Amino acid sequence: MISLDLLKKKQSAVIDQFKIEKLPLKLIEMGCLPGNEITLLQRAPFKDPIYLKVDQSYLAIRRETAKNIFVRLKS
Amino acid sequence: MPQKIKVALLGSPNTGKTSVFNILTKLNQKVGNYPGITVEKKEGTWILNRQFKAKVFDFPGCYSLNANSIDESIVIETLLNKNDPDHPDVAIVVADVENLKRSLLFFTQIKGLKIPAILAINMADRMKKKGIEIDLDRLEKELNTKVVLLSARRNTGFDQLKQVLLNHQQIPNKEIFDISKIDSNYFSNLKKLFPKESIYRLWLLITQEANFTKLKRKRVTDTSDFQTLSTASLKKLQQKETIQRYVLINQVLKKTFTVNPLKASSFGATLDRILLHKVFGYIIFFGILMLIFESIYDFSSIPMDFIDESFSQLSHWIYSHLPSGNLTNLVAEGLIPGIGGVVIFVPQIAILYFFLALLEESGYMSRVIFLMDRGLRKFGLSGKSVIPLVSGTACAIPAVMATRNIENWRERLITILVTPFTTCAARLPVYAILIALVIPDKGSYQSLTLMGLYLVGFGAALFTAWVLHKSFVGDKKSFFVIEMPSYKMPLLKDVLYTVWEKTRTFIVEAGKIILAISIILWVLATNGPGQNFKLAEEMITNQYSSDQTIDLEAHIQAYKLENSYIGLIGRSIEPAIAPLGFDWKIGIALLSSFAAREVFVGTLATIYSVDSEKQETIKIKMTNEKRADGTPLFTLATGLSLMLFYAFALQCMSTVAIVKKETKTWKWPIIQLFSMTFLAYVISLSVFQLMQ
Repeated sequence: MISLDLLKKKQSAVIDQFKIEKLPLKLIEMGCLPGNEITLLQRAPFKDPIYLKVDQSYLAIRRETAKNIFVRLKS
Repeated sequence: MPQKIKVALLGSPNTGKTSVFNILTKLNQKVGNYPGITVEKKEGTWILNRQFKAKVFDFPGCYSLNANSIDESIVIETLLNKNDPDHPDVAIVVADVENLKRSLLFFTQIKGLKIPAILAINMADRMKKKGIEIDLDRLEKELNTKVVLLSARRNTGFDQLKQVLLNHQQIPNKEIFDISKIDSNYFSNLKKLFPKESIYRLWLLITQEANFTKLKRKRVTDTSDFQTLSTASLKKLQQKETIQRYVLINQVLKKTFTVNPLKASSFGATLDRILLHKVFGYIIFFGILMLIFESIYDFSSIPMDFIDESFSQLSHWIYSHLPSGNLTNLVAEGLIPGIGGVVIFVPQIAILYFFLALLEESGYMSRVIFLMDRGLRKFGLSGKSVIPLVSGTACAIPAVMATRNIENWRERLITILVTPFTTCAARLPVYAILIALVIPDKGSYQSLTLMGLYLVGFGAALFTAWVLHKSFVGDKKSFFVIEMPSYKMPLLKDVLYTVWEKTRTFIVEAGKIILAISIILWVLATNGPGQNFKLAEEMITNQYSSDQTIDLEAHIQAYKLENSYIGLIGRSIEPAIAPLGFDWKIGIALLSSFAAREVFVGTLATIYSVDSEKQETIKIKMTNEKRADGTPLFTLATGLSLMLFYAFALQCMSTVAIVKKETKTWKWPIIQLFSMTFLAYVISLSVFQLMQ
């Protein structure tokens, strides 16, 4: 299990758990919940923010937020 | 009289809700504001048949009923309050077929309010390409509602939506998600305390208050005290609620929705690789900005000259065709030049809004936010500050309102404080006339100067942001979540409608101020205290009685103006502005344009047409303007000093008002007003003195 910001470009994983108190509700509303597949599509220059596909949503978050989400790599 | 059904059009941003609204109402809309706040309120009429028509409210886009912004809060307040005149009889929830899951989250919440809710799945034209199939009958049963497939792009499905709406009484009014299961203890207690109330409505009220703002409880429930939990535990419950709702939605979609994953990957991904490239991405963005500013200058000059010329002709025509007298003078010298000063903006503003609407509608704006976030964070701003900073090139008022998307208060405040530095459309006429006066029309000097002024504006915004960032203490941590919508070809009709709507609002709002000021100015310029004004004619005639070579009439008019009320005001501030290179006439224009910058040109037009009866355009009059020693007034030094003053000073009452509204205190707009004006003074002073 690694934190989301460590995913490589184009790598997919499944959200395992997150530090719920450090995440905005909006992120969860956009589909960022445990069990959902997440793919890192692109990183902005200087690796921040990151562009993700979560479930059916396409969204971007900052690296500091991504550090609070932990994912399981797909084998 | 046809019967009226009140319909709420609800949905997340990027679902094409506004396009749907435009089709339903055939652009027969009214745009206003919610009382006391500046959230746009749009309503329109949709004729259903002879007996029924629908009053459709286009609510601000929101992702859910858990409010994060003023816009979302308004939606909740209206939906909770049964006595609100806008409280809907029926809701249409617009969903994006490619992201049905998320739209359903919002839908299940609306359902919980026990308002009959229709699910309108928009962008159905994309289903085939994306390999999406939906079992509509099953979905209707699972969601306990009517579902309609729409395509605003192809204009399909609207007849069916009409039929469903006419039969809205048959839509079951039952919730499909039981809120009490997320914490049975807490909710059964609540139920015991308020046996008559809907639990979900109470829950929304409680969380709304904890997270956002105090609602007027009385409007929703008669009881004014009920038990709440700590904010942290409420937030946990909300997260649990959201997760549980998704569990339910996933079960529903499993039975009704299939997508072929092979078809789902798309052309958007390729476009993203180019537009978000670490080098090309920025080159493309700055290229687009250059293109926008180039077009504003190039395409608008012909219509602007035409407007300038036409209004001048109109004044002339009025002089020669109406009986002479005070009223004719007021119209020809005060009103017409004043209105002309507003209308002359139209080409530039329309072009600017056209491009901004294209960027927004195509989905490109989110990519810009993504690219700029890291860089802007160094200045204490957010990637989302790009929208205010870029729309600030149209007008600071919508720009300051656009900061509402910025989640973090610190980043938002800094954005609000620096946005007025960006070169707004109201500065353009001032720049345009000064550039034409003092910058040689050789090569591209003129458009480079304008570009330079834009850069000065952005530079000032960034520099000030950085200073504020370093000096503010407090919460630097922030959330940043932004949706990256799929790329779409903007619908020309929607874009043009936005352009029309925004331009019209601007003209009406700015027009009122400009008109009032031109009338006041005209009165002040044609009246004066004391003997000097009244006896001007006699005194000048006596003084020059022996000299036949001078233009007596012009001298009389000039003497009158100098001794009019406005002349006295202007001359009393002249000592303060003379070091900047300005004379008392510019002083008057400066003073009056503290209401709104664009008044500058109108004021000069009013002052100069009072000054001489010859019908010339304002530009020629300004070129001929001389200082006391006979040298031309508008030299390069004066022109630059004046342009820089306009670049830095906060001369806009409406901006002061909107900043007060958005920051909810007078502190920030006052600090902003004084520091920007001070900065403008110092910079103009240095430039003029150095160039002299």
